Amino acid sequence: MAKSSIKIRAKVKKGEAKVKCLISHPMETGLRKDKKSGKLIPAHFIQEVVCEHDGKTVINAQWSGTISKNPFLSFAFTGAKAGDMIKISWVDNTGKSDTTEAKMK
Amino acid sequence: MIKIATALSVMLIAATPFAAQATPDDDLKAFRSYFTKKFPEVPMNDFVNGVYSVDAASREQWEAFEEFPSYEIAIDNGESKFNKKFANGKSYASCFPNYKKGIKQNYPYFDTDSGKVVTLEGAINKCRTDNGEKALKWSKGEITEIGAYLASLSRGQKTNVKVPNDAKAVAAYNRGKQHFYAKRGQLNMSCADCHYYYSGSKIRADILSPALGHTTGFPVYRNKWAGMGTLHRRYGGCNKQVRAKPFKSQSDEYKALEYFHTYMSNGLKINGPSQRK
Repeated sequence: MAKSSIKIRAKVKKGEAKVKCLISHPMETGLRKDKKSGKLIPAHFIQEVVCEHDGKTVINAQWSGTISKNPFLSFAFTGAKAGDMIKISWVDNTGKSDTTEAKMK
Repeated sequence: MIKIATALSVMLIAATPFAAQATPDDDLKAFRSYFTKKFPEVPMNDFVNGVYSVDAASREQWEAFEEFPSYEIAIDNGESKFNKKFANGKSYASCFPNYKKGIKQNYPYFDTDSGKVVTLEGAINKCRTDNGEKALKWSKGEITEIGAYLASLSRGQKTNVKVPNDAKAVAAYNRGKQHFYAKRGQLNMSCADCHYYYSGSKIRADILSPALGHTTGFPVYRNKWAGMGTLHRRYGGCNKQVRAKPFKSQSDEYKALEYFHTYMSNGLKINGPSQRK
């Protein structure tokens, strides 16, 4: 099984889910120059992060190059119970994407 | 000019009571007692948390990012790279047969055969070159990922650096000790100025961490670097901060410093890799 770029930790307490995820991504702004060649390193960053629970989107984040490398995202939402599945996906400016599902504790 | 200055500082240090006659164990006792007296509320093993052991406000911030630390990516990458075989069929496990039980606590050690200090990064690259692989860069990237994986397996083990009864080993230890206490750079400051005498005090907006427990958390994910780095990377940064020309990572100077510096944390538990601001 290929390793996912998304690590998820999610807990539910009293109906409120607290989700933390750490995403591996270079998040290049497109403004940095390669030290050796002097050329600009092309922009490569996540543009959209979506989390779905029970068929509904609970968060839709619109990012840009300002977000740091290997971003950490944390959010909470209600209407969940322990054992529910959530699915987190991202799409970047080059069209690449990744998705991971996790069970909330 | 610089040579005269270095010679003077060496003479001055030699003249002070602690430098010439004390054994490493005497130094260790004195080091520990200095910090436990300065920070009586800090339990001995909490010193491994650096500035977070002496400042409550930054500790709160640290505990928040420790809930999902950024070094986890490095540990995962390190694990898969550690397990990947070399072109000749061997792997890191062939060089570090006991790695699963934890090995970081024994580094750096003095190799009496070669007469040199061996650091964990040095051993990692030696394993690579001995097996026909290219050496990794010393301060960033893959070497920090392998280091992070090995450190994570060593968590909880007590730092156990030895200075054998060998003239060259003692000389390397003393060289490191001199480096720690010697002033350098345009700002004329020593490691000890910030991390011994003024530990716990503020330097601009930062609080200075005590040198006791400094080395246990490496390699470190620094928020400032937005990435991982080795101890020598930090040494370079510290030297640049006092406007001194930094030595190269894994230079004899920094290896000697690491030898002394890690010895001063003997007995403290490895907690690497760690995350710091």
